[in-house]
Amino acid sequence: MASDADEKPKTTMLDELEKGPWPSFVTEIKQASQGSPVCDDLLGQLELSYEENQGHWKHGGIVGVRGYGSGVIGRYSDVPEKFPNVAHFHTIRVNHPAGWFYTGEALRKICDIWEKNGSGLTNMHGSTGDIILLGTQTEKLEETFQELTGAGFDLGGSGSAMRTPSCCVGMARCEWACYDSMKVCYDLTMAYQDEMHRPAFPYKFKIKCSACPNDCVASIARADLSVIGTWRDEIQQDDAEVAKYAAAGMNIQKDVCERCPTKCMDWDGRKLKIENAECVHCMHCINVMPKALRPGKDRGAAILIGSKAPIMQGALLSSVLVPFVPADELLETMQELLRRVWEFWDEYGTNRERVGEMIQRVGLPNFLDGIGLDPVPEMVSAPRDNPYIFVKPDGGEK
Amino acid sequence: MSTTPTPKRITDIGPPQYEKYLPPIVKRNYGKWMYHESPQPGVLVHVGESGEKLYTVRAGSPRLLSVQTIRRFADLADRFCGGYLRFTSRNNVEFLLENPANIEPLKHALAGFGFPVGGTNNSISNIVHTQGWIHCHSAATDASGIVKATMDALYNHFTTETLPGKVRIALACCLNMCGAVHCSDIAILGVHRKPPKVEHETIRKSCEVPTLIASCPTGAIRPSTQADGKATVEVIDEQCMYCGNCYTVCPAMKMNDAVNDGLSIWVGGKVSNARSAPTFSKLAVPFLPNHPPRWPEVVEAVVKIVEVYAKGARKYERVGEWIDRIGWPRFFQLTGFEFTREHIDDFKHAGLTYARSMHMRY
Repeated sequence: MASDADEKPKTTMLDELEKGPWPSFVTEIKQASQGSPVCDDLLGQLELSYEENQGHWKHGGIVGVRGYGSGVIGRYSDVPEKFPNVAHFHTIRVNHPAGWFYTGEALRKICDIWEKNGSGLTNMHGSTGDIILLGTQTEKLEETFQELTGAGFDLGGSGSAMRTPSCCVGMARCEWACYDSMKVCYDLTMAYQDEMHRPAFPYKFKIKCSACPNDCVASIARADLSVIGTWRDEIQQDDAEVAKYAAAGMNIQKDVCERCPTKCMDWDGRKLKIENAECVHCMHCINVMPKALRPGKDRGAAILIGSKAPIMQGALLSSVLVPFVPADELLETMQELLRRVWEFWDEYGTNRERVGEMIQRVGLPNFLDGIGLDPVPEMVSAPRDNPYIFVKPDGGEK
Repeated sequence: MSTTPTPKRITDIGPPQYEKYLPPIVKRNYGKWMYHESPQPGVLVHVGESGEKLYTVRAGSPRLLSVQTIRRFADLADRFCGGYLRFTSRNNVEFLLENPANIEPLKHALAGFGFPVGGTNNSISNIVHTQGWIHCHSAATDASGIVKATMDALYNHFTTETLPGKVRIALACCLNMCGAVHCSDIAILGVHRKPPKVEHETIRKSCEVPTLIASCPTGAIRPSTQADGKATVEVIDEQCMYCGNCYTVCPAMKMNDAVNDGLSIWVGGKVSNARSAPTFSKLAVPFLPNHPPRWPEVVEAVVKIVEVYAKGARKYERVGEWIDRIGWPRFFQLTGFEFTREHIDDFKHAGLTYARSMHMRY
């Protein structure tokens, strides 16, 4: 038992994880335990899990701060008699700045608040993107919250709410950014504070903004609404730089042309010719020759919908909803689209049904009718191959 | 009546506006970067149309960080780059330098704290992972421990860029998959293998039975009554696929099982659109035991996949692209993993994964 301040818990198995070259989370917890008996009990309970091969956290419980239904995840130990300092060990999700940029000063503010009010342990960052403050007690929540907002930080989303949007580094440090992902992410976050803090949806709703098809925030795999940058005109090409890559030893035929998914490029040993109408904007050639090739100038994004992890009807990738929106129309288009999608989902989504699963259930054609979008061939990998066509009552000849 | 004024409560302010945390060089070149180069593993240089150069030094981290370590990062940022730093979507920390003379001293200081520089280009970057036994109630395994043991074994692939393509590894400690595990080159996934044990007393206290029944994707949960006539549920064991969704809506449906919980390994997924389309990871190993503190069976399987991939893949091929080329029979042969009935899908759309052509390699 570690409730006695002088007595450190036994951590025989965890100590093994302080060995080896990769930085150790056990070392992190031990460091934080210098100022916090909570961390000693966390180590004690984790060692017990390692001994017994099972976790010792109980199911959630509703905790939070006044006026918010989101942002705090309740967590309780199922062995509080052994580890009283982690009897309550709630998580606070703090909405990160877009692109995860900080100053040392900003980080120190968060550290000071968290050292005073919680375990001193964090995740930088959680899977959705938030700063995760790991482990505090119910009675500390309101004070922590007020100190955080005093320092300019607010809580992130949790439960059946809009979750904290996240984005790639975009225009701040990437030449491939086809739209301002940080600005769109921030503006959407600010526009939907109520939807984030007060859960009112059938289930969670995630938005992720990647500024090019490399998709550094895995938007297509884990966002209900994926915004992925792309361009419509020709790849910008600098022939002199192409020649330099070739001179430096790059096998342009093999490593660029033959890797192109639509074989839209041709290299005659001197000049790279790109058939831009056949380019699918996969990014490979641009990735391998960043000095010679750049996305075109007519930039914007595609909007895709519906990706999620397996729970409950199986994992989905997002699929195309709007093939291209010019960068300067993106925010407005997204807000209008979100209004329509959320209205339909509120009406027809069942409890704990993600947007993607609802579309699978009602069918994409019905969903498109519902949100008032016309079908376009970019939405499918191929037209249907089965002849069981439901003709709308008002469609077809009488 | 109390006359103490309550301080105004600040709410709904959202995150800090990001611009105030951008280094001046980023503000000057925002949206106007020309290209980038990789002078050495873990270091990138981005060149603006202005000709200005921004140097990024990327270091791995365990993601679970103490305030002490974060303050150390802050101090390093103050010392070497005007206080500016950021984190990546794979939980690395990046220092944003204007002065290239500071790269080596910063690397040296990071090494002094035990934080490796790397994770760029064709390396194995940090493993995206979930909470595990540190903080989650539905975890079938720990996350941080397996990640630490695996990254210890793959350390040299973090600090070098010698692989054919990038290899993205992710770990989720149950099927809820907090993170893009299902689209990773190599995914380590915690699995339960037994139906929930129903705690009838808890159902009465804290669960809504219709919601609980509706939560099951296979309809394995049925209403039932206890001897005293109180409502409860029963589970049709053969219909349960151990997803744990019922446990998420009702704490009475306990999934954790020290003997039967463990890990599975999935391969060949990706999210990037480069060359091939984004795709899910596919099952490589259906079950490996929980074996803390260092999960040797899991580490061995992951290292094996990396080794045969590194040997067999062509330049730029991701794990999934390499397997597409050589075929799954060869993948199982090369890795030595056994192909079992669990590898064949039997859920929705399962038929789409059955081989429906004569395209076979012998």
